Amino acid sequence: MIELFIQALGIAAPGLADWPQARAVLAGHTAWANAELPPYQPALLPPNERRRVTPSVKQAFRAAEDAVSRYTGAVDQLAAVFASSDGDLGIIHRISLALTETARAVSPTDFHNSVHNAAAGYWSIATGSRLPSTTISAYDDSFAAGLLEAALLATASGHDTLLVAYDVPGPPLLQAARPFIGAASVAVILSPSSGPQTLARLRLSLGVGAVSTMPDLALDALRLGNPALRALPLLRALALGDPAAIGFALPSSQGLRVEIAPP
Amino acid sequence: MTPLGIRHYTLTTALGAGRASQLDALRNGSTGLRAEPFESATLPGWIGVVAGLDTPLPTEYSAWDCRNNRLAEKGLAQDGFTEAVAAARSRYGGARIGVFIGTSTSGVLQTEQAYRARSGTPEQLPPWFQHAHTQNAYSVCDYVQRRLGLTGISNAVSTACSSSAKVFASAQRAIAAGFCDAAVVGGVDSLCLTTLYGFNALQLLAADICRPADANRQGLSIGEAAGFALLEPAAEHALRLEGYGESNDAHHMSAPDPEGRGALAAMRQALAGADTQPADVDYINLHGTATPANDLAEDHAVFALFGAAVPCSSTKGWTGHTLGAAGIVEAGLALTALEAGLIPQSLNTRHIDPAFRSQIVHSAQQRPIKRVLSNSFGFGGSNCSLLFSRP
Repeated sequence: MIELFIQALGIAAPGLADWPQARAVLAGHTAWANAELPPYQPALLPPNERRRVTPSVKQAFRAAEDAVSRYTGAVDQLAAVFASSDGDLGIIHRISLALTETARAVSPTDFHNSVHNAAAGYWSIATGSRLPSTTISAYDDSFAAGLLEAALLATASGHDTLLVAYDVPGPPLLQAARPFIGAASVAVILSPSSGPQTLARLRLSLGVGAVSTMPDLALDALRLGNPALRALPLLRALALGDPAAIGFALPSSQGLRVEIAPP
Repeated sequence: MTPLGIRHYTLTTALGAGRASQLDALRNGSTGLRAEPFESATLPGWIGVVAGLDTPLPTEYSAWDCRNNRLAEKGLAQDGFTEAVAAARSRYGGARIGVFIGTSTSGVLQTEQAYRARSGTPEQLPPWFQHAHTQNAYSVCDYVQRRLGLTGISNAVSTACSSSAKVFASAQRAIAAGFCDAAVVGGVDSLCLTTLYGFNALQLLAADICRPADANRQGLSIGEAAGFALLEPAAEHALRLEGYGESNDAHHMSAPDPEGRGALAAMRQALAGADTQPADVDYINLHGTATPANDLAEDHAVFALFGAAVPCSSTKGWTGHTLGAAGIVEAGLALTALEAGLIPQSLNTRHIDPAFRSQIVHSAQQRPIKRVLSNSFGFGGSNCSLLFSRP
């Protein structure tokens, strides 16, 4: 069991454009209505880098920037974990297509953006943070695996640690192989110690338990429609503000149990 | 940090399958690189191919069948690794052994081939394409976990060329916090057209064989590899992970910080974690990809911390740059160097770049060594340094 403190939250998903809006929906104060996310330009990136980033990196930044907008610590002192099942399917599509053509002209920008840690790289450039960061995948369970990785990194390093989970749909050929309901990202800033900003105390442990779902069917479809949105039951409990225990699947027989208590 | 014991490890590279082939090649100075094409590629250059990946996976794993998982299968079968994990399973239970596997491109060769076979209106990929079990970054971790009968925590680390160095850090943190008692770490990355044509598009691929630290180095030769290590609390084991360091460059997506500040931070952390001084390090296995900018930036960082006092070499002249597997390959070669008392030379290096100030090893040295640092740096400015020792 390890104990961490949530300092800030961020989200960008269909009908949940940022954490203030999501908190109202998840607490049951307003109804969820499906709505596409408006266009977005990462505010922290220098203009020349902003031009090069892909929809997948933008999606990661959206939730991360939402979370850091309410974080009082220094962003260049955040360690980071990025968790994505599939990274950038759009780039895999373009490169795979280019490789079927005679010239095999792979775009150099596409290639350097094709690494799974592209968002982590741009985040480090945007914030100037040289602190440890990692990027993982655990397929559908990437959020819970990322939460555990971030909690372990915060505990071992002593740094406040930003977790960003994100996935974006691919073009039709790959959407058929890996369907997502829409682009989504969730960000959580975890701290090894509590402070005046702390939203809640988390206790993480392993155990075989029931996987938490969303009581609202449309929101549960969202939960299942994008690996980042497996976070929704945790976010709902945080929006409600009551003590709770949330169960997540991990890619093995054991699940992850997250107990939420006031700071 | 609390040191971790390396209970067992294995490597399969272009030098051959298993540890003995790696050591033989290091002793003989014979490269695993060949000037030959891969699949349908028509690029000039040298590659490091692992032989014998034509056999499909066992029937019950046919959904996972792809070059990357075949490479994982071959790697797991060497040096009694699977048996060592089975013994650990009986000591700890399968649910108490974590699995952390690094990969850069996973089974994307399968996707490339599926795109060639797309058909219909609207176009569709062929029914044999199994995205979840081949292309997805987690698929190789999933495969390894299933093959070893383990049900503990797991994730795939994909941070380009530092991926399978960072798995050691993830495993150390998970064991220290009690989320597992032991861990299988590793890296598997296989040849594909994406990386060959991608590095070629960035003008980082050498037409000649790769020549790390050479005055006329032109870029990298790509290789493929699988390697694994079984990590346990240190007590009775001979070989140890004593420290690790992780950092970001905060500089550029595909070019290193010329000052090597991120690399320096990673090396410093690795030493600090082990409460070790630069003078205690006997050999540095460089990332040394043989691109002009990478080798120079790494030399800056190494010289800043170690001066010219510590022998350094890249082993990419033997194996090629195995990308997502580079971390585990060079961890394995660092452990081999410790066990054999061998400091390998910078293979294929003809004239050491006169701008370099660190001590690049031109001829192999045979003498007992106690502590080795291994560097792995990747795109996105992701750096990881590992410090290994023997008692």
